[in-house]
Parts: sequence; C-alpha cells; structure tokens
Amino acid sequence: MAADLRPEVVLLDFWVSPFGQRCRIALAEKGVPYEYREEDLLNKGDLLLRSNPVHKKIPVLLHAGRPVCESLAIVQYVDEAWPDAAPPLLPRDDDPYARAQARFWADYIDKKIYDCQTRLWKLKGDAQEQAKKDLIEVLETLEAELAGKPYFGGDNFGFVDVALVPFTSWFPTYEKLGGFSVEKCCPKIVAWAKLCRERESVAMALTDPDKVYEFVQFLQSKFGVKQ
Amino acid sequence: MAVAAAAGAGGELRLLGTWSSPWVIRVRVALGLKGLSYEYLEEDLASKSDLLLRSNPVHGKVPVLLHGGRPVCESLVILEYADEAWPGVGPPLLPSDPYDRATARFWAAYVNDTFLPAFRALFRSLTEEQRAAAFENAVPKVEALDRALAECSKGKPFFGGDAVGLVDVALGSHLVWIRAVNEVAGTNLLDGARFPGLAAWAERFLAVDAVREVVPDAGKVLEQYKGFRAKWIAAAGSTSKST
Repeated sequence: MAADLRPEVVLLDFWVSPFGQRCRIALAEKGVPYEYREEDLLNKGDLLLRSNPVHKKIPVLLHAGRPVCESLAIVQYVDEAWPDAAPPLLPRDDDPYARAQARFWADYIDKKIYDCQTRLWKLKGDAQEQAKKDLIEVLETLEAELAGKPYFGGDNFGFVDVALVPFTSWFPTYEKLGGFSVEKCCPKIVAWAKLCRERESVAMALTDPDKVYEFVQFLQSKFGVKQ
Repeated sequence: MAVAAAAGAGGELRLLGTWSSPWVIRVRVALGLKGLSYEYLEEDLASKSDLLLRSNPVHGKVPVLLHGGRPVCESLVILEYADEAWPGVGPPLLPSDPYDRATARFWAAYVNDTFLPAFRALFRSLTEEQRAAAFENAVPKVEALDRALAECSKGKPFFGGDAVGLVDVALGSHLVWIRAVNEVAGTNLLDGARFPGLAAWAERFLAVDAVREVVPDAGKVLEQYKGFRAKWIAAAGSTSKST
C-alpha cells in the first residue's frame, strides 16, 4: 500500500487575489512548506466547495485536511499553529496592546481597501470619483499611521504589513483608473512597499502590477464597464 | 454579583458607549464575564465628546475601551484584548487551540460581515415588500449560524463550549435588537420551531448573569426602535425623489 502522499498544508487560491497572497506571504515567512492550488473561480472545484461551504471563496488553508477560511484568520492561524517558527507575525503575547493595534489596523484595511478599489474599477462618473476620494483618504490614513516607522508594526515586518502589502501591486491600477499619483499623496507608503518587496516572501507572492491592470481591464469588459 | 477585580497592570478602565448599542453590549458582557470594574461614559452620538473623537479618530464610533488612557477600538478587537490583557481572569473568550481559535474568528467575522448586514436590511425596511425581501435574505444566514452552533458547541451550551465565548458574545449581544425588530416587523428571525438549537441557545445566553446585568430593557429598546422608524418613514415621505 502506497504511503499517504497527501501534503500536510494545501492553499486553495487564485493567482491575483490579494487575500490569497496574504496567506502565501505568512506561510513563506514562517518557512511552512505547502502545496499551492490554483482554483478556477468560474468553475469551482469540489474541494473548495466542501472546504468553504459558507462562502465558497478562496483563500482556504487546509492543514492535515482541516479547512481554515478568511485570510486574516488564516494568517493568525499560521502564526499560532507554528509558534516556534520565527518571525512572529503578531506582536508577542507580552504586549496585548500592540496586538490590539495590529488587529485594529488589519480590520481597517479589510473594511476599506477592497471596497474602494472595487468601486474604482466598476463605476464611472461621480461614483468613481467618490471611490477615488475614499481610496486616497484611506491611503492617507494609513500613511499617517505608518509615520516614521519602517513597518506598520515598528522595526519588524508583521500582521498589518502582511494585510496591506498585496494591495500595493494595485497602486499603478488605482493611478490609471483614478488619474492620481499614489507616490505624491503617500510617499511613505510607497517607500514601505519597496522595503517589503525586498523580502522574498513578498516578492514571490505579489502579482506584477501590469498583470493586475490587465486583469482589471478583463473584469471591466466582463462587467460591461466602459473603459 | 461579580467581585470587581483590580483593573490590573496598565491602569484604570473606561468604556465609551451608548446604552443600546449591541457593539457596546458585547464589550460590557466581556468585561462583566471577567469581573472587571470600569467607568462607563454614555456618549451622545449627535454631539460626540472630544474624548471619543481623540480616542477613535479613524472611525469616531463606540465602543472605545480606554485602559490606562490608551484606546482600544472595534468590539471584536476589544474582546480579544480583554482575553490577552487579563489572562486567567474568568474563562477565556477564545479557546487555546489554534484551529478552534480560527473557527471562532471565522464565525465572529460571519456575524459581522454576513449576518448583521442582512439583519440591518430587515432593521431598516419600511415597506412590506422590503421587509419580505430582507427576511428571505436573512433566513439562510440564521440557518448557517444554527449549523455553526451545532458544530462549535459539540453538544455543550454555548458556541464557546461550556462557557460563553467570542461567537456567543458577538451574536448574543444583538438578541435584544433582533427581538425588537421581530416585534415591529411581525417576523420571527431565530424561529424556535425552525431553529430549536439557536432559540434555546438565545435563552441560555440571555440568562447568563454578566449578560442580564448589561442588556438594556427590551421595552426601552423597542421604544427607541419605533422612534427611529418614525423618523425614517417621515424622511422617506418628505423626499419626492431619491438621489
């Protein structure tokens, strides 16, 4: 009888998903080997549907066959299930206040960025202009929070950085759709993005910005948005 | 009556809130379960205090927990903070096993991101048509929560098992509002016949001491809800066009 060759960790994902990329970055930072499986979102596979029956969405992390869903829950799970693997993604247990701040900012990013960017590509006219204004406000708020620190968590790359960095591949797309410069309004965020991209985990996970823009153009044509 | 524990390392506790906000109730339940004493400050959301605006500049919302003057915002963040800042004080809201923690976080996020928006549509519905559509949309979310209860509780009284946990607090704190909306709308979300598990859980949650002590009077909540609806109906009637 052949040995059970099922991989211990499997990530069900979609190539351009910033949410999936958060998980890839977390796994890479922790040095956890895993099998990446590309899902066809127009024709979802059985494993995805069985593993996330509630939302039927990626990313889904399967650890010894048990599914974990929702990207930030997955990132925290990776941090907690491999506690001896450096680096800790959330601030350490002895600083609950810092952990609360990290969770607050990750929640802020989740509440705001995806919604603004979706409205930016899907809508036109005044509604699109509002999406751009909202997005700039969000980026400026994050810029102020980053302030003079190298990373959102301070000296070390961590939870909030993981939560935000995949969206940085979308900056050129925001600029083309909105007609503004991210660097002009948020130079610190742009510098932070460059610093993060020096990490192998980030460089490997992020989609090339040109491919992101192509993907958004594909979505626009699919949804009948005039380009 | 819970013995007030010292606020602990980090100093005094203050909670900025409004008396009927279910998100504030979440925090009051958690603090009550841990036997923590705090100063409660009622906010007027039409005229927010400087303290609130300074403490939560990003959202300007309640609840805000101030611990030794340092603000923690967003109810679920505050709940996890309460577990971590006072470890060993009262049963933990989150389990210790990483997989179980991920499951609890998933369902707490489901309450916030999927159930509550559906409930809100029912809460805001003015016409019979809106009400019917909102109700139909909300029922599958209740079904999912009923299944989640069975999975998470594994036959025990709460989502958290033997003791109230994160998901219990996240969902249970909205029960007084769900009941108020049911009464006005003539709906029966959390129908005991259809969802006996969840209905029984609701009674158990509301009977917990720390919950009973902080859930506002159902009659007052109903009155406030009727007041909101009267305003919305008047506003809808006075606009001749929607923008």
